[in-house]
Amino acid sequence: MTVASPDVAARLARLRVEHAGAIRQARLFVWTFARSASAMVGLVLVLAFLVLAAGGPSIVPYPDDATGAMNLAARLQPPSGAHWFGTDEMGNDILTRVVVGTRTSLWVGLIITGVAALIGVPLGVAAGYLGGAVRQVIMRVTDVFLSVPGLVLAIAIVAALGSGVLNGVIALSLVWWPGYVRLIEAKTLTIKHEPFVEAARAVGASRRRILFIHLLPNCFSPLIVKMSMDMGLAILAAASLGFIGLGAKPPAPEWGAMISVARTYMPTWWWYAFFPGLFIYLTVLGFNLFGDGLRDVLDPRASRS
Amino acid sequence: MTALVEAVGLTKHYAVRHGWRRHGALRAVDGIDLTVPEGAAVGLVGESGCGKSTVARLLLRLVEPTAGTVRFAGRDITGLDELGLRPLRREMQLIFQNPHAALNPRRTLFASIAEPLVIQAGLGGAALRARVEHLMDDVGLPAQFLWRYPHELSGGQKQRVCIARALALEPRLVILDEPTSALDVSVQAQILAFLAELRARRGLTYLLISHNLAVVRQVCDEVAVMYLGRIVEHGPVAEVFAAPRHPYTRALLAAVLPPRAGALPTVALAGDPPSALELSRGCRFAPRCPLAEPVCRPTDPALDPVSHDHRVACLLARRAPASPSTA
Repeated sequence: MTVASPDVAARLARLRVEHAGAIRQARLFVWTFARSASAMVGLVLVLAFLVLAAGGPSIVPYPDDATGAMNLAARLQPPSGAHWFGTDEMGNDILTRVVVGTRTSLWVGLIITGVAALIGVPLGVAAGYLGGAVRQVIMRVTDVFLSVPGLVLAIAIVAALGSGVLNGVIALSLVWWPGYVRLIEAKTLTIKHEPFVEAARAVGASRRRILFIHLLPNCFSPLIVKMSMDMGLAILAAASLGFIGLGAKPPAPEWGAMISVARTYMPTWWWYAFFPGLFIYLTVLGFNLFGDGLRDVLDPRASRS
Repeated sequence: MTALVEAVGLTKHYAVRHGWRRHGALRAVDGIDLTVPEGAAVGLVGESGCGKSTVARLLLRLVEPTAGTVRFAGRDITGLDELGLRPLRREMQLIFQNPHAALNPRRTLFASIAEPLVIQAGLGGAALRARVEHLMDDVGLPAQFLWRYPHELSGGQKQRVCIARALALEPRLVILDEPTSALDVSVQAQILAFLAELRARRGLTYLLISHNLAVVRQVCDEVAVMYLGRIVEHGPVAEVFAAPRHPYTRALLAAVLPPRAGALPTVALAGDPPSALELSRGCRFAPRCPLAEPVCRPTDPALDPVSHDHRVACLLARRAPASPSTA
C-alpha cells in the first residue's frame, strides 16, 4: 500500500491533466443545463419517474392491489388519507396501481426507443456514408414508413399479432425507427464532407476508422436528444394502445388500460381516470423538457429555429 | 529539379442531374498539366470556383479523377486504391482553408495530432506521447494544449495544430489550400512566415492554393493561374508578376489595390465568369477578354511556352510583346 499510493496519486494527477478539457466541458454542460428552469423541471420529473419505477411494488401502500386483488367493500372511494388517489371499481388503491404501472411504462419506452435507434442508426449511417443506390433504397423504404401514421400502422401490426403489452412494444418498435434513419442520414451527410473527415482520409484512415471515430461520435448528441424526447412519446403511444384495448389487459396496472376502464366511470368517479392521466402527462412533459434541455446543452445550434 | 508531383491531362467532371435526368457535366477541372518540382513552392491562383481546390484533392487522390494521370515521385498513382495509397499518404499532406472545421470537435488535440502516427506508424504509449509533444513544440504551442478541444483555441492556434498533424509523418509534399484566408490579418502574416520557415528547415515542397496574389508572391517560386478549370499561365513568380502574358493574369494583377494613397485599381474585367456548366467553344476567357479577336472564338488555345519556363494559353500572347504589369 505505502509503495503503491504515490503511484496511484501520480496516475490520478495525470488523468486530471489529460482529461482537463473533458472536465471543463462537462462542467459547462452542467452549468448550461442547470441555468434553464424548464430543463431542471424535466430532470426532476424524469428522476422522480425513475425512482418510482425502481421502487415499484416495494414502496406502495397496498402491493397486493397491483395484481388484481378484490376489496369490494372499498370500491370507488374518493381520495382520502388512506387512499390518496382514491380506489377503483375493484376497491384497489389507485396510487398503488399507478406507481406500479410506472415500471411497465419505463421499460416500454426504453425498448421502443432503443430498438428504434438500433434499427435506425445503422440504416441511417449506411445511407449517409455509402450513398448511391444503397441510400436510395434505404431512404425510399423509410419514406414509405413515414408516409403511414405510425400509430395506425402499429395498431394494424398488433391486430395481426394479437393484443398484449409485448406485442404492442414490438409493433411500436417496428414503426418507430424511420425518424432515426432520417436524423442520422442527414447528420452523416453533413459530417461526411467536413474537412476533418477529409483530413482523416488524407492520413490514410480506413473507412471503419472514419465511421467509428469521426462520424458516429459526432452523431451522438442529436441522437441522445431525440431518444430522450421520444421516451415520452413512446410511453404515450403504448398507453394509447392500452386504451383501445390492444396493449396491456385491464387487471395489469398499465396507465392506458386503466384509463380505458375508468372512462365509463367519468365524470362522477373522476379520480379513477384523472390520476393515471396525470402520470402520463407528467412523464411525457418531463421527458420533453429534459430532452429540450439536453438539446440546448449538446446541440445548441438546433435549439432556436 | 525533378518533378515530385505531376498532373497530366487531369480532369474532373461532375455529373449534374435534375431528378433522374442527366443534365450534362460540370467541368470543374478540365485537362490540366501541372508539375511541382521537388523542393519548390508553386502557387495556384484563380478566382473562386475555378477548380483550385479540386486540383488539390485530385493530386492527393481524395477525389477520383474523370481522366488524366497523377504521378508522384515518378510513379503513376492514378489507379491505386485506398490500401495502395496508404503508404503514399505519408509523403503528401493537406492543410485546409478553415482550421475550425479541419479538427474533429469531439477529439482532443492530442488525438487529432496523434491520428496519423497511430494509423501510419502504429505508435502508442510513451513513444506516441513524446512524438506528439515534440510536434507541438515544433509548431510553437505549449504541451498543455494537447488536452484541450478545438473550440478552446483561436484560429491561428488551430491552424498550427493542423500543421502539426500534417507534419507528423514528415511528408515531402504539403498542399496548402488557402491556409490563411480564414484567419485574422495579423495571424495570417505569422502563419505565412512560419510556413516559409518550415519549408526552409525541412526542405518541403509546397503547392499553395490561394486567391491572394500577395501571399503567392511572398511564399512561392512559381505560379500557375487557373481560369474555369484550365491553367492559363504558368511561370516563375518574378516573371509572371513583372510581365504577365495572359490577359486574365493581367486583369488579376491589375485588380489588386495599389499601395498608394487614393489609388484605385483599374477595372479590367466586367461581369462574372461563365458557368462551368455551359462553356463555349474556343478560348474560355474570350467572352470577357478585352483583347479577344474573332480567332479566339473557335480555337481553344493550348498551354504553350513563350520562354524557357513560362507558358501561356493565349493565341495573342505570342503575337503581342509582353506589356508592363499595369496592362
